Amino acid sequence: MSGFPFLSVLTVLPLVGALVVGLIPRQKAELAKTVALAWSLVVLVLSIFMWVAFKIDGDRFQFHESYQWIPSWDARFTFAADGIALVMLMLIAVLTPVVILASWHDVDGDGKRSAPVYFALLLAFEFTMIGVFAAADIFLFYVFFEVMLIPMYFIIGSFGGARRQYAAVKFFLYSLVGGLFMLASVIGLWVVGGHTFDFTRVLQSVGEIDQNTSRWLFLGFFVAFAIKAPFFPFHTWLPDAGGAAPAGAAALLVGVMDKVGTFGILRYCLPLFPEASRWFAPAALVLAVIGIIYAALLAVGQNDLKRLVSYTSIAHFGFIGVGIFAFTTQAGTGSVLYMVNHGLATGLLFIVVGMFVARRGSSLVSDFGGAGKLLPVLAGVLFFAGLASLALPGTAPFISEFLVLIGTFTVHKAYAVIATVGIILAAAYVLWMVQRTTQGTLNPALEEVPAMRKDITLREKVVVAPLILLLLFLGFYPKPVTDVINPAVQATMQDVGKTDPGPTAVTANGGVAR
Amino acid sequence: MEALKLPAIDYGALSPMLILFGFACLGVLVEALTPRRSRHAVQLGLSFVAIIASFVAVIVEHNTQKITIGGAVAVDGPTLFLQGAILALGAVSLMLIGERSMEKGGAFVSQAAVTVGSQKDLRQAGEQPGATEVYPLTLFALGGMLLFVSANDLLTMFVALEVFSLPLYLLCALARRRRLLSQEAALKYFLLGSYASAFFLFGVALIYGFSGGISLGAVHDAVANPQRSEVLLYAGLAMVAIGLLFKAALAPFHVWTPDVYQGAPTPITALMAACTKVAAFGALLRVLYVSFEGVRWDFQPVLGVIAVLTMLVGAVLAVTQTDMKRLLAYSSVANAGYLLVGVLALNEQGLSSTMFYLVAYGFSVLAAFGIITLVRDADGEATHLSRWAGLGRKSPLFAGTFTFILLAFAGIPLTSGFTAKFAVFGAAVEGGQTWLVIFGVISSMLLAFPYLRVVVLLWLSEPGETTPTVSIPGFLTSAALTIGVIATFALGVVPAPLIDLTRDAAQFVR
Repeated sequence: MSGFPFLSVLTVLPLVGALVVGLIPRQKAELAKTVALAWSLVVLVLSIFMWVAFKIDGDRFQFHESYQWIPSWDARFTFAADGIALVMLMLIAVLTPVVILASWHDVDGDGKRSAPVYFALLLAFEFTMIGVFAAADIFLFYVFFEVMLIPMYFIIGSFGGARRQYAAVKFFLYSLVGGLFMLASVIGLWVVGGHTFDFTRVLQSVGEIDQNTSRWLFLGFFVAFAIKAPFFPFHTWLPDAGGAAPAGAAALLVGVMDKVGTFGILRYCLPLFPEASRWFAPAALVLAVIGIIYAALLAVGQNDLKRLVSYTSIAHFGFIGVGIFAFTTQAGTGSVLYMVNHGLATGLLFIVVGMFVARRGSSLVSDFGGAGKLLPVLAGVLFFAGLASLALPGTAPFISEFLVLIGTFTVHKAYAVIATVGIILAAAYVLWMVQRTTQGTLNPALEEVPAMRKDITLREKVVVAPLILLLLFLGFYPKPVTDVINPAVQATMQDVGKTDPGPTAVTANGGVAR
Repeated sequence: MEALKLPAIDYGALSPMLILFGFACLGVLVEALTPRRSRHAVQLGLSFVAIIASFVAVIVEHNTQKITIGGAVAVDGPTLFLQGAILALGAVSLMLIGERSMEKGGAFVSQAAVTVGSQKDLRQAGEQPGATEVYPLTLFALGGMLLFVSANDLLTMFVALEVFSLPLYLLCALARRRRLLSQEAALKYFLLGSYASAFFLFGVALIYGFSGGISLGAVHDAVANPQRSEVLLYAGLAMVAIGLLFKAALAPFHVWTPDVYQGAPTPITALMAACTKVAAFGALLRVLYVSFEGVRWDFQPVLGVIAVLTMLVGAVLAVTQTDMKRLLAYSSVANAGYLLVGVLALNEQGLSSTMFYLVAYGFSVLAAFGIITLVRDADGEATHLSRWAGLGRKSPLFAGTFTFILLAFAGIPLTSGFTAKFAVFGAAVEGGQTWLVIFGVISSMLLAFPYLRVVVLLWLSEPGETTPTVSIPGFLTSAALTIGVIATFALGVVPAPLIDLTRDAAQFVR
C-alpha cells in the first residue's frame, strides 16, 4: 500500500467530514455526533495503515506527494512525513475520536448552541492539524498554521465557559501576531532561498544565506513557534484559552495544537537555520528552563482545574524545549517522545477534569474536596492521569522526561539540574491538586449535586481506556515509537551540525543510535 | 502655414473608453426622453450593456501594445488589465447601485438640492423613487477611470482625473438617508479634491518646465538627461504625487476618506473603495514606473515613509472606530498603504502584485459594503458597531459571509487577502524594501484587532433589543455578494490564473 496517497487523503478526509457533519440539521444532534465519531475512526484506521506502511529504515521523508498550486511562486501541495510528523499524525488520529466521544454531551440541553456545528468544528480542526504536520511545502505549512486558528477560535468563543470571548480573542491575536512574524520570515526565505517553497529544495539552498539574514529569519519562525508552543514569556494566552475551552477541545488544543510550535522548531527552525539555531540556543534554553520552574510554581497556586492543567503543560513544554535545544540525539528523541506522551497524558488529564467539571458545574478546586468518596473510579482515573503527568516511572512520560534530562546532562549540566527541580514541583502540583479535589473529608456541598453521585459511565470508560492503555504500554515498551522518531531526530541533528558528545550511543530503548 | 495634421487614432485601442462615454451620453438622453416609470429599468440595462461591451472590447484588445491619439493614451498590458479590473468591479458596484428592493426607491434621493429637513425633503425621503441620473454619472466616472489608467501624458491624466472625480462628488451627495452627512461628505470631497487637483496641475506645470514636454516618455528622457534645474523636477513630482496620493487615500492625504465613506450612499462608497482605488494606483504606477524611474532613489524613501505612515494610521485609527463604514474606511486607508508597499518595489513583480492586490481587495470590499446595505432598521442602514451585536444568531448566513470577508481583510490564508498581501510583501522584499514589509506586518497585527472585534460582536455577543434585521437582499445585491465572496475565496485558493495574467500584463509601453 506504499503507493497510496496517505497524506493527502488523511488531510482532506476530515474536511469532508466537517462539511457533512456541519450540514446535518441541528435537531438531529445524535446523528451528527455518530457521523463525526465514525468519521474520525475512519481517519484513525487510515492512520494505522499509514503507520504500518512507514519504513523505519527508509527515506527520511516518506509518502511524498506533490501537486501543482501556484506555479509563479513555486508553491505546491506537497505532503511528506518524517518520523516526527508520523507520530504526531498518529497522536491526532487517536485523540480526535477520543475527544469527540468525551464531548458527547458538551452541547446537550442547551437550545442556543448547535451540536452539529460543534462536531463539525472539531473535525475541521483535525483537518488543519493533520495538514500542518503533513505539509512539506513551507507555503502550505503556513496556510495550515494560520487557518488552524479559525475552528479553535469558534470552539472556544462559542462553546467555551466563562470569559470565553476574552480567551478566544486573546488566543487568536497571540497566534496571529506570531503567524505574521513568521509570514515576514517566510517571504524573506522565499526571496533568499531560491524562490521556491519546497522544503527539500529550500533546505539545499539555505547554506548560501548570509549569517545575519539567517538569524533574522530564524527569529521570525521562532517567535511564531514559541507563541504557539507556548514558551515563557509568550505563554499567557494558554491558561486563558485552556481554562475557557470545553474540556475536550482543550485536550486537543494543548495535546496537539501546541505541539505545532515544537514540531515547527524541529522541522523548520533547526534544519533551515542551523547556525542561527546554535547561536540562539543558549537563550532558548534559558527561556525553556525558566518556563519549567515558573509555570510549575504558578500551577501549584492555581485554584481552577483547567488553568492548572494548562500551566502544567507550559512546564512540560519547557522540558520539550530544553530537549530540542540541547542538540543531542537522546534529548531530541526524548523531546519528540515527550510531545506524544504529553499529548496522551495531558489529553487524559483534561478529559478527566472535564468529567469532574461536567458533574460539579464548576472547575474550581475549592468547590471539590473528598470527591473520591462519591466517585471512586473517576477519582482513580484522575489520580492515574496526574501520575502520568508528573512522569511516574511505568508511565510513558517518565521515559521521555528521563531521555530529555540525560540527553541534556551530557552537554549542559546546569540546565539539566535546574530542570530536574521541575519534576519535584510537578509532584507538588499534581499531588496537591488530587488531594484537594478527591481526598480528605467530603465537601458537604458535593452531596447536594445529584450528578456527583454518578460514577464513571460506560462511555467515559471507553474514552479513558485507550489513553490509559497507551500510557502504560508506551511506559514499558516505547520502542515502536522511538524507532520511528530516532532516524528523523538524527537527521535533524545532522542538519544542525551537532554530533553527540563522547561515548554516547546509548538510548534507553536499544534503538538505532549509531 | 502648414495644414494642421490630425494625429493617428487607433479607435480599436480606445474602444473600451469610447463605448463607456458613448453609453453615458446615451444615458443622459434616456433621462430626458424616457417616462419616469421605466427609466430605472432602461438605465440599469443600458449601463450593464455598456460595461459588458466595454469589457469585451478590453478582451478583444488584449494584445495591444501601442501609444495612440497623438501620444495622449497608452494602451498596454497594465492599461488593459486595470481597465478590465475597473469594469469588472464597476459591474459589481452597479449591481449594488441598481438595487431597489430593499428600500423604496433605492439608496439614492431624487433631488439632492432640496433643503434638508424641509417637508419636501421628508416626502422625498419616504416616497419618491431615487434619481436615475446615477447611472450615466457612474458610467462617466468609470470612463474617466479607464482614461486615467491609460493616460500617457500628464494633461490627459489631469482631464481624466476631473472626468471621474466630478461625477463621484455628485454621487456622494445623493444618499437617501442622513442627507446632511451625505451633503457634508460631498462638499468635503469636492473641496479637498479640488485642492488635490490644483496641486496636481501645478505639479504638471513645473514638470513641463523641467522637461519641456508633458508626455510620460518625454519626462522620462528629461529625468535621464536633465537640462534644467532639478528643483523643478522634485517640486513637480511632489505635487503630482500629492494629487495622486489624495485619490488613493494615503496618509497624510487620507483625512477625507472616513467622512466621505460614511456619508456617501453605501453603493457609491463601494464603488469608490474598489474602482477609484484601482484607478488611482493605476495612474500612480504608470507615473512612477514610466516617467520617474530614473529618480527612484530620491522618491522611494519619501514614499516609503508615507506608506508606513498610512499603514500605521489606518490600522491604529481603525481600532478606535465605532461605525462600520468608518471602520472599513480606515481599513481601506491601511490597505492603500499595503498597495503602496507593492508599488515601491519598483520592479516587475511590484507592478504585477499591486495589480493583483487591487483586484483581490476590490472584490472583498464590494462584498463588505454590500452586506452593510443589508443590515438596516426603520431609519435605513444601521452602521453603528453596537447595533451589529449578536447578528450571527439572527442571520448566520450573512454574519458568516461578513466574517469571511473580515478574515480576508485580516489576511488569513485561503482568502484573497492573504495571497494579495503575500504578493505585495514578496515583491517588496525582492525590491529591497524589507523595512516596509516589517511595518506592513506590524500594521497587519494592529488591524487584525478591529476585524476580530467585529467578529466577536457578530457571533459571541448576545443580540440586544436594538439589533437590526438583515434584509432579504434583492437579486442584484445577492449577485454582487456572491461574486464578491466567490472571488475572495477563489483568489485565495487558486490565485494562479490571475497571478499569471498580471505577470503577462506587467509591461508598460513608454
